[in-house]
Amino acid sequence: MNKKYDILVIDDEEVIINAINMIAKFNEYTTASAKNPTEALNLLNESTFNLIITDIMMPKMDGFQFLEILKQKKIKTPMIMTTGYSTLENAVKALNYGAIAFIPKPFTFEELTSVFKRGIEYSKISNKLFSRRISEDLLSIIPCPPKYYRLGFDSWMNEEFEGTVKIGVTDLFLNSIGSLGSIDLMSVDENIYQGNTALKIVDSNEYIHQVLSPISGKIVSVNQKILENINLLAKDPYFEGWIYKIIPFSLISETNNLTTCSLDI
Amino acid sequence: MKIFEKIGTRLILTVSFTVIVIISVFAYFNIKSHSDNLISEVERHANQLSETVKNTMQFDMLLNNREHIARVIKTVAKEEGIKYIRILNKKGEIIYSTDSTQLGLMLDKKAESCYACHSENEPLQKLSIIERTRIFKLHSDSSSTLGVINPIYNEQSCWSADCHAHTSEQTVLGVLDITVNLKEVERLTNNSKMDVALFAIISIIVIAIILRILVNILIQKPVRELLQATNYVAVGNLSHRINSSRKDEIGQLSDSFDNMIVKLSEARMQLFQSDKMASIGRLAAGVAHEINNPLTGVLTYSSFLLKRVKNNPEMKADLEVIVRETKRSREIVKGLLDFSRQSTPKKGSIEIAEVIDNTIAVISNQLKINHITLEKNYGKNIPQIMADFNQIQQVFLNLIINSIDAIGKTGGTISISTKEIFLSPYGTFQIRTATCQNGHSLMDEKHKIDGLPSIKLKAKYAKNEGFIHLNPIYGNHQHHYGIQFKEDEIIHLFCPQCGVTLVDENKTTPTCGAPIYYLTIPDNGKVEGCTKFNCNWQRWDVVDSAGDIKFVEIKLSDTGSGIEPKYLSKIFEPFYSTKGQKGTGLGLSVIWGIINNHKGKISVDSTLNEGTTFTIHLPVGYE
Repeated sequence: MNKKYDILVIDDEEVIINAINMIAKFNEYTTASAKNPTEALNLLNESTFNLIITDIMMPKMDGFQFLEILKQKKIKTPMIMTTGYSTLENAVKALNYGAIAFIPKPFTFEELTSVFKRGIEYSKISNKLFSRRISEDLLSIIPCPPKYYRLGFDSWMNEEFEGTVKIGVTDLFLNSIGSLGSIDLMSVDENIYQGNTALKIVDSNEYIHQVLSPISGKIVSVNQKILENINLLAKDPYFEGWIYKIIPFSLISETNNLTTCSLDI
Repeated sequence: MKIFEKIGTRLILTVSFTVIVIISVFAYFNIKSHSDNLISEVERHANQLSETVKNTMQFDMLLNNREHIARVIKTVAKEEGIKYIRILNKKGEIIYSTDSTQLGLMLDKKAESCYACHSENEPLQKLSIIERTRIFKLHSDSSSTLGVINPIYNEQSCWSADCHAHTSEQTVLGVLDITVNLKEVERLTNNSKMDVALFAIISIIVIAIILRILVNILIQKPVRELLQATNYVAVGNLSHRINSSRKDEIGQLSDSFDNMIVKLSEARMQLFQSDKMASIGRLAAGVAHEINNPLTGVLTYSSFLLKRVKNNPEMKADLEVIVRETKRSREIVKGLLDFSRQSTPKKGSIEIAEVIDNTIAVISNQLKINHITLEKNYGKNIPQIMADFNQIQQVFLNLIINSIDAIGKTGGTISISTKEIFLSPYGTFQIRTATCQNGHSLMDEKHKIDGLPSIKLKAKYAKNEGFIHLNPIYGNHQHHYGIQFKEDEIIHLFCPQCGVTLVDENKTTPTCGAPIYYLTIPDNGKVEGCTKFNCNWQRWDVVDSAGDIKFVEIKLSDTGSGIEPKYLSKIFEPFYSTKGQKGTGLGLSVIWGIINNHKGKISVDSTLNEGTTFTIHLPVGYE
């Protein structure tokens, strides 16, 4: 019997599962839950899911090992990772491992709802991409250009002349948000850190989506054109739609944490 | 340890053996020459005696006054040491003897008295003085005897006398034989032997005692101290020091042992500190994880409820408080996690006032409890500096906590001020790398001046050779000299590794006209100085031309108990603490390390019972 759910919730704490279930139900998503990755793997054998949300720190098997098993089994269900041990390293690692979002605990109703919305949207996009009906839907995701580096599917960075680095948001992230409402940026001279929130995008339904920074540095300029016209972001996310120009603090060591875009095409 | 395995015993045995050999050889030759001298004296005496007896008897012989002759012989033989005197006639018959039992006996040619002349087949007519004497033993167990034979030659008066007893053809008429007992000589020789043996034994005992004392003072005591120290260290007492005042090899060993323990305890302390930080980190991580899960429940349910009670303003307001406070808790836990990750430094461009304000926020409660007023006086337009926010925050946190401790419960004031200053590199800039012209590093990490690695140069003055350690602060002249010289004389300086000269004879200083020495600073030109060390001229063109360096100066003063002047120079040393059990003694040394890593400087000024001021200079242009 092959049942179909929207979301699979994995967490070793009952209260978290209940909270997540409650928020999902309020947003009219169907859910199934598991208290550990083994249980989750059994559920994945019986049913299909559009989205998985898993805790990272669990006894016996952690979220990363679980993700590794899913990769081996060629289960491509998008995954959101969450943890109470919300360090920058965990955020960067989660996105690098292929999670589509990292949400630190504790989260609010709104924060989780935003991530669910983006996750379900992402799931739809990837289903279309893998179902070979691309031409009919006229769906196209612009890949990140070679020589760029990206942090999961959140953000990208590209080294410029004179040691500055431009950073921006990936097309896949923008597409999973849907219609863009407004953008909330940091200002010049502020420092951003790899794995920390660099900007927030508010969609037309007032949900706030946080984009994690691919690299640490001091902001030297902000792209004013985006603030004037947010649609520029979706139109040309990798060139005209850059967000910040920064002076990186430790470019080389942090680049090692990123994925090169040269292999994407 | 077995007695034969001890260094002292072995040394004593070896030296004793050597002494015995030396004394034996010496004694052998000494006693031999002594006994030879004695014997030759006895010989001379016996010969003289024999000649005297012969001459005395000549007249009696001519008269054939036999009784008189016998009396003379007997009288002479009473002299001490003389065994017997006898006269043999030509045929070998004893005609006179002090020993009357021998009278009339015939001696053959092989007898001791005849042997000297009759050893050859032809009897000798003449016998020299030396050949007349011989030493022999009558029995193997009796004492030695010296025999002197004196041939009585035929003279004209003998054959021309009335009795016509002898014809003129005869050469030897008889032999006067005197035998002297050598008992006395043997006794003296034996006495000498005894003396020498006694001397050898006494010297061995004296040498052994002296050696014993020396070994004890020079080897055993320091070795025992070392052994004891190693045992202390083995059981974990790393504060034990030998503090040897000796200058010899064992003193050096003790010093190097002390040095090793210092290094060991530093390493252990660092390990301990990083271990402590790691476990605090693990604890914080664990706590954060444990608290975040329940917080998730609170935050999700409260924010969910907030969503659903949009039409109930009263309830909405209450729920908003819950959500806000839970979010605040979330930030606190995040801070805890950030603290646990302090081990990985992250340099960013920071606003110093922001760091200080953040720090004050953390300990504002403690300030309040101790009735401390905080005065802030931040300068305007202070440039940002590139630094690790957390590390700089740790510096201020430690300094403010120290100030709070110094002020105590009675209350006081802490004032913090910041300003932008420009400092000349002369007297402030640290030479961090210096080489000779062949590229050998001159930096000496072990020899520090004011806590900084010094520059080591080989120096020659007249016939003296030694090392000079230069103060690494450009423009500072508190150098350490390992060589004696006159201050207004030129010193020749060389690279300690390759010996290449560091002096340029063609260039002279503008102040005193002496030749200059120069150090090569990789990628940063040359530092030049005067070879007369009473002249304080130094030049670093690259740095001088860059002009004054921009610093942010932070002054932190308190009205606390102050620091005693004698401790002021020590407070930045690791493990120095005035707080006893309360402190680890690492705070200020860590601060010093952090500021030094940021190429800055920290100094302290204190008056007892009035207060302490720390001044920190952090360079603005530092990457």
